Amino acid sequence: MKQSVFTVARVHQETRDVWELVLTGDTSAITAPGQFVNIALPGKFLRRPISVCDWTEDQLTLLVKEAGEGTRELVRMAPGTELDVLSGLGNGFDFRRSVTGPNPVLVGGGIGIAPLAGLLWRMLEAGQRPAVVLGYRSAEESFYQQMFAAFDVDLRIATEDGTIGTRGFVTDVLDTFPAGVYVLACGPTPMLRAVHGHPSVTGGQFSFEARMACGFGACVGCSIPTANGPRRVCKDGPVFRKEEIVW
Amino acid sequence: MVDLSVSLAGIPLKNPIIPASGTFGYGREFAEIYDLNILGAFSWKGTTAAPREGNPQPRIAETPGGMLNAVGLQNPGMDAVIAEEVPSIAKIFHGPVIANVGGFTLEEYAENCRKLNDVDQAAILEVNISCPNVHAGGKNFGCDPHAAAAVTRAVRAVTGKPVFMKLTPNVTDIAEIARACEAEGADGVCLINTLLGMRIDLNTRRPVIANRTGGLSGPAVFPVAVRMVWDVYEAVKIPIIGCGGVDSAETAAEMMLAGAAAVEVGAANLRNPFACKTIIEDLPGVCERLGVTKISELTGGAHHG
Repeated sequence: MKQSVFTVARVHQETRDVWELVLTGDTSAITAPGQFVNIALPGKFLRRPISVCDWTEDQLTLLVKEAGEGTRELVRMAPGTELDVLSGLGNGFDFRRSVTGPNPVLVGGGIGIAPLAGLLWRMLEAGQRPAVVLGYRSAEESFYQQMFAAFDVDLRIATEDGTIGTRGFVTDVLDTFPAGVYVLACGPTPMLRAVHGHPSVTGGQFSFEARMACGFGACVGCSIPTANGPRRVCKDGPVFRKEEIVW
Repeated sequence: MVDLSVSLAGIPLKNPIIPASGTFGYGREFAEIYDLNILGAFSWKGTTAAPREGNPQPRIAETPGGMLNAVGLQNPGMDAVIAEEVPSIAKIFHGPVIANVGGFTLEEYAENCRKLNDVDQAAILEVNISCPNVHAGGKNFGCDPHAAAAVTRAVRAVTGKPVFMKLTPNVTDIAEIARACEAEGADGVCLINTLLGMRIDLNTRRPVIANRTGGLSGPAVFPVAVRMVWDVYEAVKIPIIGCGGVDSAETAAEMMLAGAAAVEVGAANLRNPFACKTIIEDLPGVCERLGVTKISELTGGAHHG
């Protein structure tokens, strides 16, 4: 974990309530896709935990969904604004081939798609070619599709209203995969639960969301029950293995 | 040179700054980012006899100037703490540790304190009496002077270590509770624990926290804590650890002027993991500004003249 100042470089609105924020700063504490940063906002006591979408040595990309006052202020930060950021939080995804096996599938729903961008890029770099399944409410609420489409991967989309891809949920797309799928998943809890219980899914890693205070393991405010006892989403997670998870 | 050292019931601290229980775990997370040996002491996570998984999610809500938490005393249990956390603490911190002890019965408090007799580094026992009192029909030990006195007596009987009772602010007269603890041989008191609060989600129309209520902490509670430390300082002779909303060297000094001999820093650690380090670095400058060469001269300073 590192506390440092990041500067807002640019902000781009992707959909009605999803924004891409590009910050510049020292990303050296970020070691794996699926980690998150915790951003202090003026006038707000708690930091806002935001998943890392992608990063380079001196640049950090975040996808932020406006969920309340804090995130509303965050996505309206003018370029040049300096932010107090804790970076390199959480464990992130472990995408070594020895872990994921030969047929990994990235599964993202809504804003949970964010960490999969940086994950896909790094898996491709490591010589892996995962399939990608993205779920949105509708075409209007979709984002980052082009980003994923730019890579030569098996990309499949599901929308609840059928305006793009399969009508339904990411699990409807998973129905078309043969059994033995290893998923790397991030999305709302009902989606994680449905993917976790899908008959084709035999293993995987699931990134959880929780209300947090510190974000670095001190307060245990975000602790959830697991097969190995209580575990902190912020420090022991946010990524948990399929066999650890209890619903 | 400003002398930052203070003493709590005969235990010397190199400075008065102590991370508060429940915001510092057993020290590991903070030892990754700074050397804990700069601290006066630290108060470990409230520990009960049996392991506890705590309350369901969500447990955290934001408030103006602070936060609510309803973690629910999640901890690995006293035996596991003594077997695993104590040796790990010894590697990262060499000063006095304040062992925060929870309990649900008088016997549990006493048993937990007795087990700590052999743990040398646990220099002070901080007995948290804001847990439900299963013996008195759901009231908190800390809400009733007789119950607070009974816990003090029970732990006093089994330990020679300094005993500090951690008091809840959710009472009519905290000074009366402090006096009851002092009369039963408490070496000091620590106050305040969190204030009971609630937030309601406008969309779901339900409390944000699964437990419905949570404890309020952060800068919002600071003036309440200062007032209560003031009241208790007027009522007892034993030393007070002041706690509640301290987030700077200035607010730490203010807490000492109200009557605190040492100061716990809680929620500030969660927003700013370097909060205690920064406060300790800033304290000499604040003392110089206030014209004191020994920080202990600040304690109770607001009551005189």
